[in-house]
Amino acid sequence: MQMTFTAADEAFREELRNFIERECDPGSRERVGKGLGLGKEDYVDWHRKLATKGWSCPHWPVEHGGCDWTPVRHYIFEEETGEACCPPPVPFGPEMVAPVVWTFGTREQQQQHLPPILAGDLWWAQGYSEPNSGSDLASLKTAARLDGDHYIVNGTKTWTTMAHYADWIFLLVRTSSEGKKQEGITFLLVDMTSPGITIHPIITMEGGHEVNQVVFDDVHVPAANRIGEENRGWTYAKFLLGYERFNMAGVPQAKRQMKRLRHIAGDQGIDSDPGFRARMADAEIQIMALESTMLRLLSSVAAGKDPGSEASYIKIRGTEIDQLMTELAMEAAGPYVLPYAPRALEEGWNEEPLGPEYAAPVAPDYFNTRKVTIYGGSNEIQKNIIAKHVLGL
Amino acid sequence: MLNLELNEGQLLLRESVDRFVEREYNFERHRRSVADDGGFSRSVWKEFAELGWLGVGLESEFGGARDVAILMEGLGRGLVVEPFLPSIVMAAKAIAIAGGGDEGSEIIDRVTAGDHLLSFAFAEPRSRYHIDHVTTRATRSGDGWILNGRKSLVFNGDTADSLVVAARTSGSARDRDGLSLFLVDGEGDGVSRRAYPTNDSRRAADIDFHDAPGRLLGMPGEAHDVVSEVVDRAAAAVCAESLGLMSRLNDLTVDYSKTREQFGQPIGRFQVLQHRMVDMFVALEESRSMTTVYMGDVDASDATERQKAVSAMKVQCDKAGRLVGQEAVQLHGGIAMTQDYEAGHHFKRLSVIHRLFGDIDWHLNRFASL
Repeated sequence: MQMTFTAADEAFREELRNFIERECDPGSRERVGKGLGLGKEDYVDWHRKLATKGWSCPHWPVEHGGCDWTPVRHYIFEEETGEACCPPPVPFGPEMVAPVVWTFGTREQQQQHLPPILAGDLWWAQGYSEPNSGSDLASLKTAARLDGDHYIVNGTKTWTTMAHYADWIFLLVRTSSEGKKQEGITFLLVDMTSPGITIHPIITMEGGHEVNQVVFDDVHVPAANRIGEENRGWTYAKFLLGYERFNMAGVPQAKRQMKRLRHIAGDQGIDSDPGFRARMADAEIQIMALESTMLRLLSSVAAGKDPGSEASYIKIRGTEIDQLMTELAMEAAGPYVLPYAPRALEEGWNEEPLGPEYAAPVAPDYFNTRKVTIYGGSNEIQKNIIAKHVLGL
Repeated sequence: MLNLELNEGQLLLRESVDRFVEREYNFERHRRSVADDGGFSRSVWKEFAELGWLGVGLESEFGGARDVAILMEGLGRGLVVEPFLPSIVMAAKAIAIAGGGDEGSEIIDRVTAGDHLLSFAFAEPRSRYHIDHVTTRATRSGDGWILNGRKSLVFNGDTADSLVVAARTSGSARDRDGLSLFLVDGEGDGVSRRAYPTNDSRRAADIDFHDAPGRLLGMPGEAHDVVSEVVDRAAAAVCAESLGLMSRLNDLTVDYSKTREQFGQPIGRFQVLQHRMVDMFVALEESRSMTTVYMGDVDASDATERQKAVSAMKVQCDKAGRLVGQEAVQLHGGIAMTQDYEAGHHFKRLSVIHRLFGDIDWHLNRFASL
């Protein structure tokens, strides 16, 4: 690969590796490596460790606490933390709401919200989808009515990831039903301890609890918690979606899955099967193509150019590859994916595993990963966007 | 002249299973069975016996693979978890083929009456899809035999009253010769069972045998053909089950696409989704064609003919099941990701079926070698 690292880059890599070895909890790393789920503490602990070094939100502008890194540094950071199985960043605070806050928020909002996100002191959730507004997000109905210096919020948000961990939530609410549906939406920041908020867990098909339905019943939100102008929330939401692009690729995750796949295939004795070998090679080449897109993007950003159309399909390809990897793991593990052992996925499990030690998470992972082509704007919606905005159809 | 039509008796059998699923086995009933002791309902099982279903595949009137397929398709559609596959299609059939003498006939009678449950213990921790990979050993002890070793993935093995166990009386792992079948008391001495739920809301067990007494079925060392036929029959049966699962998923998806509105219209109006539902329909119909034409070959006396048909059906149905299952979830969106909605459960069962009795790669390889 044509990628040159300066001596300073290599020194950075060394420093980062040492930091990970010293500071990243080995238990968390082991769980990531085995494809087991993480608890809130795993995420928060690593985020706080990174914060002590000033590395918790490297993509942020320097004045808000980000790192003055070249794209190559960002690449090294992602590669090393991925390779070392560090807990992945939780996007809702650092990567989603924070850019909105520093771009459209008031000075007070910036001072209130950015430091705790940087430090890992507050957990955020995203309140976008509703039971009847999924792909057609702009049809959302959760209502906010201004009453003095407060909004009164009523409605239901759904598929809210890790709302049960959240201290705050950013919400899209309807403040007007006049004009186009996109024109009556407002962006609010809401304290999850406000009276009137109820969280109902949604158990997904594999038995896990990540997502929730969040019901708002006469919840009072200070008008000072509104981002920007009333009825301009759709603009801020679109801005946020554009900001997500760097984080949907999941290249380090895919590489880790590849490593696990080789291990499973070896143990099952199918790594010598010509058909399966070809499919593993094909998957690896798909990962290389995705990574090449990321590098092309980084390079053009480094050269001061706007990212081009190559950015548009990252979510599509990243999620397709994610699903491919979980499916190949299913094939490799074969009949031993059958036992359902939810407790084997939890921390502290030390009983004799049922079947091979790698088997327990394989099927739940495959089932759970069907969500990735649905969430964050389904892949069908992504293709609509590309057809319209890139191809001009 | 080719005649693929069902005979009168088969039409009645289909009607009876369709009516049962339609009237008595909705998703709520499925969930109650899953939550019941042992992961299925004893009263539903008793009802199967009364309906005469527990003799299907075993008795002369409904003794063929096509009869089994009619029942399995209906059970698939209803996501029925009662242990017809392990108890009847596999274990009871194994006894019938191997020849269990008077004791065997008597057990089969009790099984078809719904009073006795069986399971078939053939897989092991390292066997993957190789039926000859058997390391569990049987040795002579006095007049009888004792077994030592571990079996895994024994479907409903935790509640089976008796187990039909493949064990080695000579040779070593992966030898074709030297396999024998034994009938072992599920609660007997030296049998310890570690039960667990499976990823498709059913149950299975890993079973350890420590000097467990077993009664030989058929001739020692010659069970390879029996096991091979039983596993093929099971593969054919889950192909039929997958037809039922797919047809339910296709119906759910088409219905949902007519009622779920986004962008001011039912999502079923979007051409890109219409074409994908057409692909799901084609996948199901092609699988139905294949199983209709080739299911009869499962009863062929020529093993090669049987294997060819089974491998072809399994590849076709697994490929179709993968497409239909994944697309059904995608087209529904988030709702199908939840445990409270039916479609995800059908998808999971299809995903498990893919990994039972040989996956696509395994059957492609076997087909190519025949």
